[in-house]
Formats: sequence, structure tokens, C-alpha cells
Amino acid sequence: MAKLTYAEASRQAIAEEMRRDASVWAVGEDLGRGGVFGQYKGLVDEFGPERIADAPISEACIMGAAVGAAMMGTRPVVELRFSDFALCAVDELVNQAAKARFMFGGQGRVPLVVREPIGMWRSSAAQHSQSLEGWYTHIPGLVVIAPSTPADNKGLLKAAIRCDDPVVYLEHKNLWPLEGEVPDGEHVVEIGTARVARAGRDLTIVSWSAAVRTCLAAAETLAKEGIEAEVIDLRSLWPWDKAAVLASIAKTGRLMVVHEAVQVGGFGAEVSATVSETLHRKLKSPVKRLGAPRAPIAYAPNLEDRVRVGPAQIIGTARAMLHE
Amino acid sequence: MAAKGARPPSKADRAGLRNLDAARLLADYRTMWRIRAFEEAALKGLEQKLVLGAIHPSIGQEAVAVGVCSNLGPTDILLSTHRGHGHTIAKGADTLAMMRELFGREGGTCHGKGGSMHIADFKVGMLGANGVVGANILIAVGAAHAVRLKKGKEIVTCIFGDGAINRGPFLEGLNWAGVWKLPILFVCEDNGFAATTRTRAMTAGEGPAARAESFGIPAATVDGNDLLAVDETVRRLLAEIRAGGGPRFLLCKTYRLTGHTGADAAGYRSKEEVETAWKGDPVARTRDLLTTAGVSPAEIAGAEKAARAEIDNAFEAAKASPFPPLSRAFADVQDVGDPQREAY
Repeated sequence: MAKLTYAEASRQAIAEEMRRDASVWAVGEDLGRGGVFGQYKGLVDEFGPERIADAPISEACIMGAAVGAAMMGTRPVVELRFSDFALCAVDELVNQAAKARFMFGGQGRVPLVVREPIGMWRSSAAQHSQSLEGWYTHIPGLVVIAPSTPADNKGLLKAAIRCDDPVVYLEHKNLWPLEGEVPDGEHVVEIGTARVARAGRDLTIVSWSAAVRTCLAAAETLAKEGIEAEVIDLRSLWPWDKAAVLASIAKTGRLMVVHEAVQVGGFGAEVSATVSETLHRKLKSPVKRLGAPRAPIAYAPNLEDRVRVGPAQIIGTARAMLHE
Repeated sequence: MAAKGARPPSKADRAGLRNLDAARLLADYRTMWRIRAFEEAALKGLEQKLVLGAIHPSIGQEAVAVGVCSNLGPTDILLSTHRGHGHTIAKGADTLAMMRELFGREGGTCHGKGGSMHIADFKVGMLGANGVVGANILIAVGAAHAVRLKKGKEIVTCIFGDGAINRGPFLEGLNWAGVWKLPILFVCEDNGFAATTRTRAMTAGEGPAARAESFGIPAATVDGNDLLAVDETVRRLLAEIRAGGGPRFLLCKTYRLTGHTGADAAGYRSKEEVETAWKGDPVARTRDLLTTAGVSPAEIAGAEKAARAEIDNAFEAAKASPFPPLSRAFADVQDVGDPQREAY
């Protein structure tokens, strides 16, 4: 165990996987200088500029070239800087990477990881703040991961690099400096397994990425009032750990889903619908979703905060659910 | 087979064909006919509702497919377009498996899951046609990048149409190939049309070759209906790439003798224009070359006949093939989160 930041944990994961497997390489803008968030810092010194490859500001080509290179048996880690910029490479990800194996009848695979940092990050405004994880869960062929702790960022990134499918790997920009205990060496988290971030009996809160921390803060306050919330960190959105979620709600009888992304059409709707379809008779109160309003994210700090789900909202909603 | 010494020298000499390998030319001619017959059969299949989706015939463009692909080795890589039947045949794919793919049948190159626009045959180095114009350029660049990373000897060839040069991936891909000096041959198969619009009307500047040169990529322009010109130029460019010269660009000027799709009557161009274009039919021009080179009429006719027989058989066999089992609908999607276990 070592205390590492979320960014350092990801760097360790990449370094370990690149040492283990010579076919792993990383490509993206500014990687030779450590990447825009320092998440590749120092890697070029160990692995050289061929395997920690700089790229022009050509998102489509970074992604498309990774598809071709993956088909040829290498395992690219694709850095797209911000999930917002990744939209310049949607054809390459959605039409090419996600579908190649199926369309060609299983002749080839596209084992790549695309890192697209998500989330609000103080005053970054509408084109550097989005959380678009829900979109990718809609695309057959893709695996979607959104870790919330340094340990998971190591264990899930290692799993993603080893995965033979294209993986959309969504780190939250606000989490880069977050410190936590990270297991040394071979620490691989199985994709599709949720983590019980806090146990509780009264209410299940399902969340992922940075919103998990908001949920945990709210749960502490609720505990002081005698409301014990169980917080489940999904970690993977496709596949997602239905069994863990359903088992928790079978116990608590209440579900709240919390995410930073826009609520309308968000992945919370999928979780809510699944729970409603499956556990309708066991629910003690209606399912609740908390996400962002359907508005772009503003620059001014008070306007940005207005669209962010905070502990107060979670606490208020939990109280209402318990007292219905 | 016409031996070199057996042909009447005077006629060939006059045509500048002294060093022509007539046996090779005859083999190429046969491949051109396999493509032509395949496209005609595909159109027949469309009429008979055996081909269910869109097809984009390459009739008139056979010299590009054959002139380029006959120079590629089995481990060399090819990326193609929605109009990719000819390239795929010339790269060595089995025409029965291809016809089955067009008919959506089991035993197709992609088990009937891709159809005409996603035809691929990885075992012959054909990494896919593509339904998105220009998307193949980036995948090809990545394949060449992998060759560089693995210090391999393969060359990647990417064929795309003139319409693709106005998409962003053309700019991004050529720049990338230039930056990394990748072993890749870009072939722009300029048939004059971007879908149903004349490409010239929608293209600023000097066009494909000038754009390639602006990235420092040496470019050659040839008559794409002249098999020998394509063949000779491709050989030179491949040798330059093999010598470590980095990417090369070839512009082949040709003409699409059919509509954009099998269903497009192409009323946006005159009958006279198309009639004139047929006079430059690359298959007929290659036949004339063979005659000039002294290959016997029987051998020339035999090549066409053999090609037609192969495709007729493929058509009938594909027709008799079953559709894929329903289990294939969920197969080969992904390992993690596999819909064969859980699709909802």
C-alpha cells in the first residue's frame, strides 16, 4: 500500500502495464510533457517517445489511428484530454472502434482504452466540463468505466488495458489530486463489479465518479439524523453491476441515483428503470434521480454550482424518501 | 500462355511494350474481368432482391484495383471504401465468400453481418471497406503506425475516392503519416463524383495531389484506366516506401461508369458523356494491350470466360447458402458486457 493521488495511481497502472506487455503504448497530445493533467508525467523517460507518443491536435486521427493500430495487434491507450474534445472523434470511436469486430464477423478486435476526462472543474465552462458517460453506455461494443478513487483508478485502468474490447475510460478532473491508499503491484479490479462505498440499511444511493464523494458526505450528515444510507459506487457503467444494486435495494427498499451528468436521458434513468421493473413491489418509496438540469455548464462559479448536485440536495431528497 | 519470345515483336515494339510481361498482363486482365463480372452479378443480385442493402459498383475502375493490389504482398495491408468489391477481389479475397456477404449469408467473409459496405478479409490483409467516407484513411494510418512500432516490413495501402479529400480525416491522416514517415501508400481513386455531385464543383484549389504535396508527401498522377501506368507507378512508389521514404500518394483519374449506388440511374450526367467514357473502358483497353502484345484471341477470350464462370458459380452457390443462425446477432460484440449473456 502506498498513498497516491488519483493521477499518480493511473500513471502507475500505465507504467506497470507497459512493462508487462510490449504491445501497450499511449498516444495523445502533449504526452511527452506529462499530459495536460500530469497523468503521464515521467513515462516518456522510461518508455521513450515511440511508446509515449505525442500527437498533433487531431482528435479524429488519434482515435482512428488507434483503431487501426489495435486491429494490427497493438494495445493503444488513447488520451483525448477532455471528454468534450473526444466529440471530435466520435465517428472513429462509435462507428469504427465499437463496431469493427461485429461488422467484420469477428475477424479482428480493437483492444484500446480511450481516456476522456469528464466533469466540472472550476470555471471551465460549457466545452471543458461535460459528463457524457451516458452516451457511451448506449453504444454496443463499448465498455464504459468511471472510477472514483485512486485505488480503483489503478485497478480499473489495468483491467481496461488488458481488456480485448474498446474501453471508454472516464476519469474525473476534480479527482486528479485526491489521495488514497493504493495497493502495490498487481491490483486489478474486475470490470463490471460495483463497490459498496458505505454500508447502510435505510436507503441505497447509487452513484459513480466524483459524485460518489458527494454522496458519502451527504450520508455522513444523514447518519447523524439516524438515516443510514448505503452508497454504491458502480465504477463500471457497461457492464454495470445489477446484482449488487438489486441486492442492496432488496435490503433497503429505497433507491436514489446521483450523477453529475444531465439527468434527462442519463444513465441514472437506466438504473432507475431496471430497479423499478425488477423490484417494484419491494420499493418503499418511489425511485429518485438527482442529476444536472438540462442546461449547459456556465463559467461563473455561482452559475456552475447551480447545476451541480450537492450534499444538501441529496440530504433533502433522502429525508423526503424516508418520511413518505 | 503467350511466351515473351512468341509474340510478334514488331507490333509490340511499336507500342512500346518491349519489356511487357504478357503472362502477368493476362493474369491482371483476368482479375479485371473477375471484378467486372462480380459487379454485374451484384447488380443482378440487387434486381433479384438477393442483395438487400446498397451496393456501390466499381465498373470502370478495375484498372485501379488491379494495378494497385496486384503489387501488394499477402501480408501487406489494404483499407478500402464503400466501393470496395474490386479492391477486395484484387487483394485476393474469395469471390464466393464475398458474394455470400452481399447476400447476407452464412459463409460470407463477415458471416453476413457486414454486407457490401463492410466487406473485409483479414486473412488476405484486407482490413475492411468502410461505410463512412474517409474513415478508412485514419485506420490505415494507424495500421501503418503499428507496423512502425513493431518494426515490421509490411506496407499499408489505403484507397479512397475523390470525395474523401474534403473530409477532415484526409487532412489529419496525411499530416500524421507525414509526421511519422509511415510506410503507407495513399491511392485517391478519382472517379469524378462525390456520391451524385461532381467533385470539382465542391473542391477548392488544385485537388488531391496538390493537397498531398502540401504535406510533403510526393504525389504522382496517372490515367487510372491505363493498367500499365497504374501498375508501373505503384511499383515505383512501393519501392520508395520500402526504401524508407515514408508515405507516397497516387492519384488515379478514372470514371464511374455506373451510378453512385446500384439504384442510382445517374440522370445528372448526359448519355453522351457516359458513351464517351465507355470508349475508355479499362477492361477493353487492357484487352487491346494484350492483342498488341501478341497474346492469342483464344487466350484473351479464355480469361474472360474463366472469370465469368467463377462468378456465375459464386452467384449460384451464394444463393443456395443459408442465412446466418440468429445466434450471430449477438456474437462478436464484446467480451466484457457480452450481449450473449446479457443484452439489456
